[in-house]
Amino acid sequence: MMESLRRAVLPSIALFLLLASCGGGKPESAGKGAPVSDVPAYGDAIVEGSIGDVSGFLTAVTTDASSHEAAGYVFNGLVRYDKNLKLEGELAESWEISPDGKRITFHLRKGVKWHDGAPFTSDDVMFTYRRMIDPRTPTAYGEDFKQVRRAAAPDPHTFVVEYARPFAPALASWGMHVLPKHLLEKYPDISKSPLNKKPVGTGPYRFVEWKTGEKVVFHVSPDYFEGKPYIARVISRVIPDQATMFLELKSGGVDIMTLTPPQYVRQTETAEFKKSFNKYKYTASGYTYLGFRLSHPFFRDKRVRQAIAHAADKKALIDGVLLGLGQEATGPYKPGTWAFNPGVKKYPHDPARAKALLADAGWKEKDGVLVKDGQPFEFTVLTNAGNDARAKTAAILQQNLAEVGVRMKIRTVEWAAFINEFIDKRKFDAVILGWNITPDPDQFDIWHSSKTGPKELNHVGFANPEVDRLLDEGRSTFDLEKRKNAYFRIQEILAEEQPYVFLYVPEALPVVNNRFRGIVPAPAGITYNFIKWYVPAALRKHKITP
Amino acid sequence: MLRYIARRLLLTIPLLVGISLVSFLMMHMAPGGPIGAGTDMNPKATAESRARLKAYYGLDQPLHVQYGRWLGRMATLDFGDSFSPDGRPVAEKIKERIPITLTINVLSMGLIFLVAIPVGVTSAVRRGSLFDRISTVAVFTGFAIPTFWLALLMMILFGVRLGWLPISGISSLDYESLGTLGKIADRGRHLVLPVLLAGFGGLAGMSRYMRSNMLEVIRQDYIATARAKGLPEGTVIFRHAMRNALLPVITILGLSVPDLLGGSVIFETIFAIPGMGQLFYQGVMSRDYPLIMGILTIGAFLTLLGNLLADVGYALADPRIRQG
Repeated sequence: MMESLRRAVLPSIALFLLLASCGGGKPESAGKGAPVSDVPAYGDAIVEGSIGDVSGFLTAVTTDASSHEAAGYVFNGLVRYDKNLKLEGELAESWEISPDGKRITFHLRKGVKWHDGAPFTSDDVMFTYRRMIDPRTPTAYGEDFKQVRRAAAPDPHTFVVEYARPFAPALASWGMHVLPKHLLEKYPDISKSPLNKKPVGTGPYRFVEWKTGEKVVFHVSPDYFEGKPYIARVISRVIPDQATMFLELKSGGVDIMTLTPPQYVRQTETAEFKKSFNKYKYTASGYTYLGFRLSHPFFRDKRVRQAIAHAADKKALIDGVLLGLGQEATGPYKPGTWAFNPGVKKYPHDPARAKALLADAGWKEKDGVLVKDGQPFEFTVLTNAGNDARAKTAAILQQNLAEVGVRMKIRTVEWAAFINEFIDKRKFDAVILGWNITPDPDQFDIWHSSKTGPKELNHVGFANPEVDRLLDEGRSTFDLEKRKNAYFRIQEILAEEQPYVFLYVPEALPVVNNRFRGIVPAPAGITYNFIKWYVPAALRKHKITP
Repeated sequence: MLRYIARRLLLTIPLLVGISLVSFLMMHMAPGGPIGAGTDMNPKATAESRARLKAYYGLDQPLHVQYGRWLGRMATLDFGDSFSPDGRPVAEKIKERIPITLTINVLSMGLIFLVAIPVGVTSAVRRGSLFDRISTVAVFTGFAIPTFWLALLMMILFGVRLGWLPISGISSLDYESLGTLGKIADRGRHLVLPVLLAGFGGLAGMSRYMRSNMLEVIRQDYIATARAKGLPEGTVIFRHAMRNALLPVITILGLSVPDLLGGSVIFETIFAIPGMGQLFYQGVMSRDYPLIMGILTIGAFLTLLGNLLADVGYALADPRIRQG
């Protein structure tokens, strides 16, 4: 699961960590443990299992999920996504967008302090912005900030940015962690500053220690501006192996981790397990697809792509790869979010229909294989090595396609070679890959016909003038209704054109030791209200006082 | 002798340069590069930001310039800074990983010698006996069993079911609050499973080696002479035969020197041990050139040093080589 989501990198805003707000409700499935008074109490520690080590705490210069998750405890952005994946203020109390959509005015929270006691002001935001566009900062996220035409900090609690034209994804880019100017000013390259190893932020937890390859420890920040978190200490342990991590969970060495589908379905259904743990399930923000190189002679024809969509047995994929823990994907958005269009054309598993479409396109069956102009329908699908789910997906698709007379060969290639030698050079027939679904629906980089150059992300070479226009429209207005209309139409066109066969959206499967209460699953997952999680006094395991 | 060692040491310098050049070229020929991990498939990364990152790491320079810079730094024993976002010095990264890897390797190697030599000698002396056959099956089982699988089984038994030993990691969460003795005990408990498993897998090679050496030696005329002189069997075996059979072990010891600092990726991954194996693996996967070069250079140096030590050891032990 981690693997399939790990690839496309998200800005910190898209990692739904510690997105606090909305008071802690009743735990969904608590009460399975010993009967104790379920009263929030301060104290105890939570041990997280993490597959990878942190590579630094300044998210401007790191790109891996482990680092962004860890940094989420210490830092805040101006905005963040709430439990329903809508933008809300974090260090900004509120914001206004000028009528022409070009200017955003952020009103910052007052009285917020850095962990070293210095006050947080608009100077820090200005400093962060300047560092994001500074060529000496080795960041991959500078682009959004380069769109800013003018930035100003008229007073300590106001920050204003102006864009050359209205740019809707810009708002989310201000979820970038704000950096402390007073501590970083003297370092021209922030990645080489001590703060990248020993962060000082405004967040709910303060950094304690980082033992490379082993663990990172955070301690509660008692004067956190949204209220003191209940859990006193957060320890993130690096355990690179999923099976080991699961054994650690069972023996009490880890309190929270993400399960794999086999672990969720087969290894955690015992009464003994349920006595100590609560499992959760929510739609993950990612999907897996079969993408065609659209300039390939076979795949140029829309009917062929539609036929393959009908031949693919998505239900079998979900059952076989995810053990049923997922849903069919119909487009590039997350089911249940505002941009998701539930009414697009669907492609039920129908080999007969697939065959008919292929016959329409001129493919005739000969000895069980389709042939056109003397050429058999044979192609190679590429995917990256080490991703078990994608390898299984390829195997099932291979069988599905054989049923309609299409021969698909499978080749797995190491990630860097896969990207540089095949994707970037457009040397592939078809690929199985996945995308993260960011809360903002702007997918200009993936679908716009101008984004087909080397290293650009429209690697299938999709070009549709209407989609181009709609993508432009969708990103250049803040009007939610207008954006929704644009993205709904884009999904209809994508469903008809099938540049990708959208395969499935997996479920995220976190598991938490059930001494932790106050967990309320939402579209954003479970950790958005982490500061409201607590351990009832009677169940406390670690004697750590805040 | 000293002149011999000095000459050999001087010879390692061009060898090291050659090895580093080959490693450098191979590494740069591998697809992808250090900035790929953060920018590939990242919608936020533009061509311009890629170019900027390339320049930042000096990757926009021609290869010979990059190699020259690296070599220049190496001449002053500066390994450079890692390309990973933390940007820490490579030397520091390697230094913090060495103690744990060295400890595990020394312990498991000690275990291997401690068990394999007696097993090998006994098997040879009582060739074809029940002991010989059982030990052969046992050591080959250890060699053949996938370590990760056996490791998981032992974790389930000793960690989850019995609760005697920790499952993974190298210290408990309350490590800092323990006394000196407590700290040693805690480390020890964490090391039991990794050392046992690493040793178990290595028994086969060493014990078989010892056994065949011993068989070779026992057939020699001087052993027959010793027996004919009426020496007790124990003296024949331990004084006359084993000493000679142990000689080639010096070579193995010498060749094991670079292994002391090389960790096993699978092993360290499964036991969550932050050692050299994981560091190198991550370095390769993220194309962290300075880190890879640093580890390879240390490895090459140790291999050459190990060879030299083995040769010197041989020369000391065997007069024929000394004179030659």
